[in-house]
Amino acid sequence: MEEIFGIPTPLLFGQVLLGLINGAFYALLSLGLAVIFGMLNVINFTHGAQFMMGAFVAWMLLNYLGIGYWGALILAPLIVGFTGVILERTMIARLYKLDHLYGLLLTFGVGLIIEGLFRNEFGSSGLPYRIPPELTGAWDLGFMFMPVYRGWVVVVAVVMCLATWLVIEKTKIGSYLRAATENPALVQAFGINVPRMMTLTYGAGVALAAFAGVLAAPIYSVNPQMGANLIIIVFAVVVIGGMGSILGSVLTGFGLGVVEGLTKVFYPEASSTVIFVVMAIVLLARPAGLFGRS
Amino acid sequence: MTDFNRRGLIAATAAFGALPTWQARAQAANTVRIGVLNDQSGLYRDVNGPGSVACVRQAIQDSGVTTRGVNVEVVVGDHQNRPDVGATVTRQWIDRDNVDVVLDVPTSSVAFAVNTIVRERNKIFLNSSAASSDLTGAQCSPNTIHWTYDTYMLAKSTGGAMVRAGGDTWFFLTADYAFGHALERDTSNFVRAAGGRVVGAVRTPFPGTDFSGFLVQAQASRAKVIGLANAGGDTINSIKQAAEFGLTRRGTKLAALLMFISDVHSLGLETAQGLVCTETFYWDLNDRTRAFTRRVLPQMPGGSLRPGMGQAGCYSAVMHYLKTVAEMGVPAARASGVETVNRMKAMPTDDDAMGQGSIRPDGRRLQPSYLFEVKSPRESSGPWDYYKLLQTTPAEEAFRPLAEGNCAFLRT
Repeated sequence: MEEIFGIPTPLLFGQVLLGLINGAFYALLSLGLAVIFGMLNVINFTHGAQFMMGAFVAWMLLNYLGIGYWGALILAPLIVGFTGVILERTMIARLYKLDHLYGLLLTFGVGLIIEGLFRNEFGSSGLPYRIPPELTGAWDLGFMFMPVYRGWVVVVAVVMCLATWLVIEKTKIGSYLRAATENPALVQAFGINVPRMMTLTYGAGVALAAFAGVLAAPIYSVNPQMGANLIIIVFAVVVIGGMGSILGSVLTGFGLGVVEGLTKVFYPEASSTVIFVVMAIVLLARPAGLFGRS
Repeated sequence: MTDFNRRGLIAATAAFGALPTWQARAQAANTVRIGVLNDQSGLYRDVNGPGSVACVRQAIQDSGVTTRGVNVEVVVGDHQNRPDVGATVTRQWIDRDNVDVVLDVPTSSVAFAVNTIVRERNKIFLNSSAASSDLTGAQCSPNTIHWTYDTYMLAKSTGGAMVRAGGDTWFFLTADYAFGHALERDTSNFVRAAGGRVVGAVRTPFPGTDFSGFLVQAQASRAKVIGLANAGGDTINSIKQAAEFGLTRRGTKLAALLMFISDVHSLGLETAQGLVCTETFYWDLNDRTRAFTRRVLPQMPGGSLRPGMGQAGCYSAVMHYLKTVAEMGVPAARASGVETVNRMKAMPTDDDAMGQGSIRPDGRRLQPSYLFEVKSPRESSGPWDYYKLLQTTPAEEAFRPLAEGNCAFLRT
């Protein structure tokens, strides 16, 4: 068997592939964060809780209303996105003129409260959520078995990231958004309702998190701390990619997924810290992140 | 206001303020304080958490000591699975809040920290939920009783059964902290002693979410058995993802070396069926366990979570402790942790949850261990009907022999 650095090649391929799959989650989550930060200048620490809510809403739709995975994939982001809209209108909107720190503290606190409420109601072990029958099974790739569902996750994540990027960079509404970030007063003078646009942007960012949550539900256990485990890594991804850079966060998400995957073979103990090591190095060399504008 | 008047007012206020203190002192003389220290917010919350507290309160009620003038207070702490947090809470409890017993303490790394502090202060540590067998071995303490289970007993029962069933090559997924290391070590010893081979192990960061990368490595090793030396959310995610990657369908066996009923509930029988695990308590084991469960269930989280062995162990430990306190009297029981623990060791234990048992000089509590298999959805009659009993290991064989533990304080 061929080897690279003493590791059999098939195993290495497997880890790269699995890294890409995890990277898909990082990319989707950091995308939402980047959109919110880019447009609203708010560091949304509630993102992990909203990811978790997406998974829980999917579970509730199935168990209380009998709506399966495919329905949940559309409904859960809408429902959780709507709660995001309410949160923005009632609380976050009041903080735009203040220092970043206030937004951070508010969203962090709200995130903790949401997680606490779910923990009280559902406990910490998590709830079972099955892979939809259309996506069960696995492909034999020769070097490893690839579950169909994980393949689906990567494809959907890539499509979603591309779509978001296209909307923001290539459409009229995207151009309004970008303009409003640069100079809200001027855009408002042209008769565009900037506050409403902000609200909808936040709602969309939250919906992206919930969408990732539904995708994650069949793989990870649906539990209240599932977001908290992921969100710290995702923040590192956003920082490495460059705060607010959409393309940067997507590429970094996938890239770091692979880095993490490879660490799992070479030095598994460090696989949870490697991303932060990368973050430290990037911040030293390029304080604005890999794709950020300083 | 004149100077005299002001002084009088101060004196009167002071006297009035002191009144409740007198009463409190009189009551305090007859009060023991139990501190339940566990994970209230993370991956071990359902395994211990508020469920352990509910079991402790049930024990206080069932023991009937309050009617005999013993006042029992319960304080609860969240150690977040971090040794530094656990150590700080324990110090505060003992030094400032007059706590006599620290109870439960899942997460072996935290338990070691608590073990040392409690010994220094000569209080009592009743450990129900940390698993490392070092608590009665290299780290043993005359102030500590290890109540419910340990890595040696889990390794012997589950590991032994897997090897006997033909699983002679092993690969471990090990949670990267004291507990995981101890469980891997103890299980490896049994596998080798039975003629099996350990072909590899991977230390996974704790707590983890995605285990697929590690599972693929395990699969590449071609081991017949993947030993899960982890617990709680880590075990749930490992089993779920092993099923997703089709490991079990292709003949690889999973050994869930420490699995609780709440884990099975979370996984669902569809995924968990056929797994074997070892426990010292199952709510549906016999009439006494069912009676205990009926009593405590309304207080359990959500009113539906069935107690697991860690929580039932808390009940059992408090029952025995309060029995000892009632015999010794509160002042004597509070005076010296070692003395009280010695009295506890001298008496056999007996309660509805854990049945009869005894405590060895090194602090190891002995009772039978039960090897269970998770039922298939068809075999199960409804929610929480999850286990069928495969085998019972008698108390004297279930745990590591006293001499093999090398407990230091017994030699001096």
